[in-house]
Amino acid sequence: MSVDGAVDVVSVEHLSKSFGDLRVLADLSFSVHQGEVLAIIGPSGSGKSTLLRAITHLETATGGSIAICGTRILDDGVYADKATLRSALLKLGLVFQDFNLFPHFSVLRNLTEAQVRVLGRGAAQAREVAVALLEKMGLAGKAAAYPCELSGGQKQRVAIARALALDPQVLLFDEPTSALDPELTGEILEVLRGLAAEKMTMVVVTHEMGFARDVADRAMLIDAGLIVEEGPARELIDNPRNERTRAFLKRFSRSGRT
Amino acid sequence: MTKMLEAMLEGSVVSLEIFSLTLLFALPLALPVALGRMSANRLVRAPIDLYVLVMRGTPLILQILFVYFAPYYLFEASYDRFTAVVVAFTINYAAYFAEIYRGGIQAIPRGQYEAAKVLGFTRADTFFRIVLPQVVKRILPATANEVITLVKDTALAQTIGVAELFRVAQNASARQFSTTPIFIAGVFYFVMNWAVSEAFLRMERRLEYYR
Repeated sequence: MSVDGAVDVVSVEHLSKSFGDLRVLADLSFSVHQGEVLAIIGPSGSGKSTLLRAITHLETATGGSIAICGTRILDDGVYADKATLRSALLKLGLVFQDFNLFPHFSVLRNLTEAQVRVLGRGAAQAREVAVALLEKMGLAGKAAAYPCELSGGQKQRVAIARALALDPQVLLFDEPTSALDPELTGEILEVLRGLAAEKMTMVVVTHEMGFARDVADRAMLIDAGLIVEEGPARELIDNPRNERTRAFLKRFSRSGRT
Repeated sequence: MTKMLEAMLEGSVVSLEIFSLTLLFALPLALPVALGRMSANRLVRAPIDLYVLVMRGTPLILQILFVYFAPYYLFEASYDRFTAVVVAFTINYAAYFAEIYRGGIQAIPRGQYEAAKVLGFTRADTFFRIVLPQVVKRILPATANEVITLVKDTALAQTIGVAELFRVAQNASARQFSTTPIFIAGVFYFVMNWAVSEAFLRMERRLEYYR
């Protein structure tokens, strides 16, 4: 529960995940509130991506609890039944680093297929939703194109539209600009800014410190599977309190990636 | 001459029948075989592994003999030779096709499954709507190879006395002390495989709209 009593969109308690002997997530607890943008930062291999993958059930957590919009999908290391899991996970949208569009489907069908097959929407309605989203993403002319005909930035915008087409309660982004040429990252960050302005709840794993600082409401630094520091994004990035946060951000500004 | 050509035409029909029936049965049968070979369950995997090992590890000609004669020696049951040929070809080719399918399925990036899962697709929808269409595109060249080999392998049906094209040609050749019938048979196989290659190239071109 957040301060005002509304149910958190995502609530994670004591989450842990090990690959064999390797402990990737140690003991993480945090919540994502309705309408906020949470940036997750941290060094490579810190567990950021695994955290998103555990929340979306692409990885099986080893222990802890996860609730999505009040529905517990993981309770002290035990997963809910298939039906509960499935319907709760539909409230999450995930955008991958390397897009994972369906190459054999047109852009339009990438957006309509799940609406029809998963949500049971009619073809006409699904199409309407898809066309509106493509327009919003500045891809109105690309409905008939195939993913291989698009630039990386366009692919990622299609992937974002594909996730949005299912009306998720929260969008999770796993380094959405890391697979893009530097000159293309701007267009994706612009889309994320637009969604933030609409109060879309988002969790963004990112190396774009400038973006995290300016757009995210909160930021969280993860290192070695633990939350090192958490707070208002601007404050955390401009005036980190923790020594490890300071060291991490320093490395970043030196490598010029902020 | 016309009589010889007539006989050869009949023989070529038998070859075509073996060819078509083998594809009709082996292409679909190979799918569960491929999936079984990728199963996490060892009890499912082990017998299929053995089946593929035997089918690829022994001569097709021996398999044809076995399929036809084993029921006779074991149960004194004899049955239609043509049926035996189709059964032998089907189980042999299903093993090869299955390996091609497996290669194709395993070449689909994990991200496709992950995207499908996150979007809520069922496992069946993920396989049949997202994975399989992409597999088909990838396996077409390797499948064409196998299908072309099948056209030529039909000549092995004569092992148990089925009068397919090559047997008819050999008989005619012996009767006439001439190699012409065998040469004509060669032209037939060539034309047949030309058509097969052309058909596969067309299918590949139809799937060229995406990468």
